[in-house]
Amino acid sequence: MKAIVNVALKRGVLDDQGKATHHALDTLGFKEIIKDVRVGKQIILELNSTNKEEAQAEVKKMCEKLLANTVIEDYDIEIVG
Amino acid sequence: MNVTVLQFPGTNCEYDTRYAFEKLEAKVTIVWHKDYELPDNTDLVVIPGGFSYGDYLRSGAIARFANIMTAVQDFAAKGGKVLGICNGFQILLEAGLLPGAMKRNNTLHFISKYHHLKVINNDNTFLQELNQGDILNIPVAHHDGNYYIDEMGLKELENNGQILLKYCDEKGNLKSLNGSVEQIAGICNKQKNVFGLMPHPERAIETLLGCDDGVKMLQGFFK
Repeated sequence: MKAIVNVALKRGVLDDQGKATHHALDTLGFKEIIKDVRVGKQIILELNSTNKEEAQAEVKKMCEKLLANTVIEDYDIEIVG
Repeated sequence: MNVTVLQFPGTNCEYDTRYAFEKLEAKVTIVWHKDYELPDNTDLVVIPGGFSYGDYLRSGAIARFANIMTAVQDFAAKGGKVLGICNGFQILLEAGLLPGAMKRNNTLHFISKYHHLKVINNDNTFLQELNQGDILNIPVAHHDGNYYIDEMGLKELENNGQILLKYCDEKGNLKSLNGSVEQIAGICNKQKNVFGLMPHPERAIETLLGCDDGVKMLQGFFK
């Protein structure tokens, strides 16, 4: 089983990397199609668990403790396989 | 005065920090992150600058779980004085010993240069040798120094006199360096025993090397 964790800055916290990337894409000719760009990171965990709910709960604990800084970041967890 | 300087894998300012405090006639001990205890006679813990754990995940995010950090948490809870410089400040934020968080500089550049700072509050051990409004010239060197705190948190910092230093120009006009909320460069906790700043006072203690404005800052701890 695998957990895919996506971490990104919260809405309302200015994402300077997203802004810079947005600007670069604008200048590359994608201005019309882009509404917003946000840069985050993805953490992929290979798990020993076979229980989806248990895995979800454990990965949530990991996010709160280490994987995300909840002062500025939101996270979402996807359990696959 | 006994100063304990912490050392993590990737710390690179521990010897400069030791030099600075020894120059002020402190007895300095460097303690490895795997240790569980601080020396008994510690008067001040300094978490120095560097790139602990390669800044992986987030600056300071992994160092805060090091063995020695439990001892630092206990020391701070009992009123012990703790100073975090640069990466040390980031570690204190991640550890929850100071409020807020660090983001990547809004310029997205690593910034390494002398920069002016304004003393906002000197009603604390750290800056007691300085006056409110004093302007200092202290080097900064960081990639993640864009201090963030929400509006409510900012009000609390202001009301409790927890904002210590802000970035400014040479005349003292506040000036953005890295996108920090309200140009904040340094803060302390509510109890005023835990201090964090991004600039490096330990790099400004010899006129021969440019400037000794850092001496007045560090001297506060000797009173």
